[in-house]
Amino acid sequence: MFHRESGYYKTSYAADMALYPLPVARWTVAAIALAMCIAPFVLHEYYVSIINLILVATVGALGLNILVGYTGQISIGHAAFMSVGAYTAANLAVRLDLPFWLTLPAGGLMAAAIGAIVGIPSLRIKGLYLAIATLAGQLIIEWTINHVPWISGGAQASIEVPRPTLFGTQLKTQFQLYWFLLFFAVLAIVGTLNLVRSRIGRAFIAIRDQDIAAEIIGINIFRYKLIAFAISSFYAGVTGVLYTYYLGIANYEQFQIVTSIDYLAMIIIGGLGSVLGSILGAIFVTLLPIVIRLGMENWGTLLFSAADINNLIPNLRLILFGGLIILFLVLEPEGLNRLWRNIRSYFRVWPFSY
Amino acid sequence: MRSFRLLLAGAAALALSTQAIAQKDIVIGLQCDRTGPTQTVGVFLCPGYHDYIALVNSKGGVGGAKIRALEIDHEYKVPAAVESYERHKKEGAVLISLYGTPQTQALTQRLTEDKIAGTSPGFGSAAAANGDRFPYIFPIAASYWSQAAGAVQFVKDRLGGNLKGKKIAYLYFDNPAGREPLPVLEALVKEEGFEMRTFAVPSPGVEMGAQVIDIAQRFKPDFVIAHLFGRSPSVSIKELKRVGYPLSKVVSFVWGASEADIIAAGGWATAEGYYGIQFAGVGSNYPVLKEITEMYTKQGKPAPKEMASTVFYNRGVLIAAIHVEAIRNAVVAKGSTNITPQDVKLGFEKIKGFTLGGLVPPLEINNVDHEGGGWVQIFQAKGGKWVKSTEWFKAYPTLLKRMLAHGG
Repeated sequence: MFHRESGYYKTSYAADMALYPLPVARWTVAAIALAMCIAPFVLHEYYVSIINLILVATVGALGLNILVGYTGQISIGHAAFMSVGAYTAANLAVRLDLPFWLTLPAGGLMAAAIGAIVGIPSLRIKGLYLAIATLAGQLIIEWTINHVPWISGGAQASIEVPRPTLFGTQLKTQFQLYWFLLFFAVLAIVGTLNLVRSRIGRAFIAIRDQDIAAEIIGINIFRYKLIAFAISSFYAGVTGVLYTYYLGIANYEQFQIVTSIDYLAMIIIGGLGSVLGSILGAIFVTLLPIVIRLGMENWGTLLFSAADINNLIPNLRLILFGGLIILFLVLEPEGLNRLWRNIRSYFRVWPFSY
Repeated sequence: MRSFRLLLAGAAALALSTQAIAQKDIVIGLQCDRTGPTQTVGVFLCPGYHDYIALVNSKGGVGGAKIRALEIDHEYKVPAAVESYERHKKEGAVLISLYGTPQTQALTQRLTEDKIAGTSPGFGSAAAANGDRFPYIFPIAASYWSQAAGAVQFVKDRLGGNLKGKKIAYLYFDNPAGREPLPVLEALVKEEGFEMRTFAVPSPGVEMGAQVIDIAQRFKPDFVIAHLFGRSPSVSIKELKRVGYPLSKVVSFVWGASEADIIAAGGWATAEGYYGIQFAGVGSNYPVLKEITEMYTKQGKPAPKEMASTVFYNRGVLIAAIHVEAIRNAVVAKGSTNITPQDVKLGFEKIKGFTLGGLVPPLEINNVDHEGGGWVQIFQAKGGKWVKSTEWFKAYPTLLKRMLAHGG
């Protein structure tokens, strides 16, 4: 924010394509990394658990953003792919006693395969019609898990999974799981940053902007749309596996359509087609109810009685949540990410804005 | 500046005072859903819970310590439930009042690791009644297995004490909770020799015309056992009425047997005769409810309107009462109000002969049976209210015990 951008000359293509073209950006990333490393040592377990939830949500939001934000294909079946990953990993972990570093990619790959199949209609249909097709995917997957005991592990449709083990220690506490989740969240963030500036990522963006033009310049739309669905579902599957290990149970009831809508809300609020937006959206959607509740608990008694507050908090959260989505769509359709960029570019020339 | 300083001083005083209270209070972590898919339950159940706690506090609390139920609404979402659990733990909760089946599943392992007791009345899995396998989960009310056994026992009594050759239809919501009673029902088919056919209603359960016509005109059962959630119980009442199936041959599980379901189905006149299973007493004719009304009168306030929905309100009172009883046992055993979650867990396992004037069944919770016996009571919709048609009873206990030992 408060730094000069002039004076840095790029003398090679590699320098021009670097993820962080300015030294200050590298310092910012280093500072954030340091903060994330110190955080679990100084914060109370409760706050660590909130960060853990955000980390898992970030992976899912990134996956959905690759499909919706970068490739322009709508999907409201994202949560179903999470359940595919969750049950794949749970079955492998319980039946074959496999460790997490095998079940995690396996869950992701299975979700990617199913996601690619669900994505086939995207070749012929777009927009609302595709939304309904993916909705059908969501319902079919839910139904299948619900009705096939071989997958779901019985009438309760939930499989208890032992916590992940690393170098002989079981990761149980929020502190231990923090490092486990952080590792995969960082992997997902770095992976997405690099994906969107690769050949594949540029193809996605071309398809989003104008698919006929993309086809004319030689992009195989069929292939790239399916790749987009597969990669997005891979992320979703990994999210499901992370949830399974974090909670110690795979249960499809937490991956129903409401969850898909929540993730769509995350990327819309955060910013479609941006990595930072996915992260900001995950943070915002996870934190908003918590912040509203803390505010009401501390200051609500000034205005309302205790019994009313208990009734008010959840309803106020829904009202604010709905209101904010509308507000974002009207005022800043590009979400929190755009808001952040606006602030940054304002201060870039401040105080000499002319 | 001066006003700012005043504000700061005020805030500091407030922080100090809340801290002072926090040290003395016994904290209960209360999960609620007042806005999610089961909001029709939460808006009555949670006020019932708070009112009972307020009643206990107005009488001086437990062992001199006040009880504070910290409510967190998780909107029936799992991540929010995880966050609320960690918050409750941070506040020093001695027990967690879980809400919702997926939430109970998601927190089971965490509760066991942290050694904090969680209660799951009316949801979670029936297998959790086995205290050996789930040491920190307490269903404290009849599970779906006990309800299924209770329903069959009730049908048997209605049909003259013999089910041989009779036909029973099982109309259920097509989700894990809806399918959970099936093993018990199938075992009872073998034991009692009746014929059973199942009719699944897919989510969200507002469309069941085909199933109901199938029941009324093709299968023609002697009795219908219904296990539905949300809006669907009211739809089932309406549809069965429409095709002319007598509602006095329908018995519903606990989540389809509230005042709200009857009203949504078109009122008491429509639902006349419909039976419902209950794990808490229904109606306002209990001493504890009168005490709550008196407490409000003393404060110069009218009794809360939530009390009119007696099914869910009374369940809230029942849950709170059992929690307070467990805390009381823990305080008595320890001799001080400085109790740990482990003390409360042991307190739950000592609950016996606590009936609250008939609102609570004669539970007997111990370290093996966390359900307390699986007591149910059946009420009938009659003349504008729920009328008791059986006393508290538990059905087929040996069969259920055998199934629990096998873990389902």
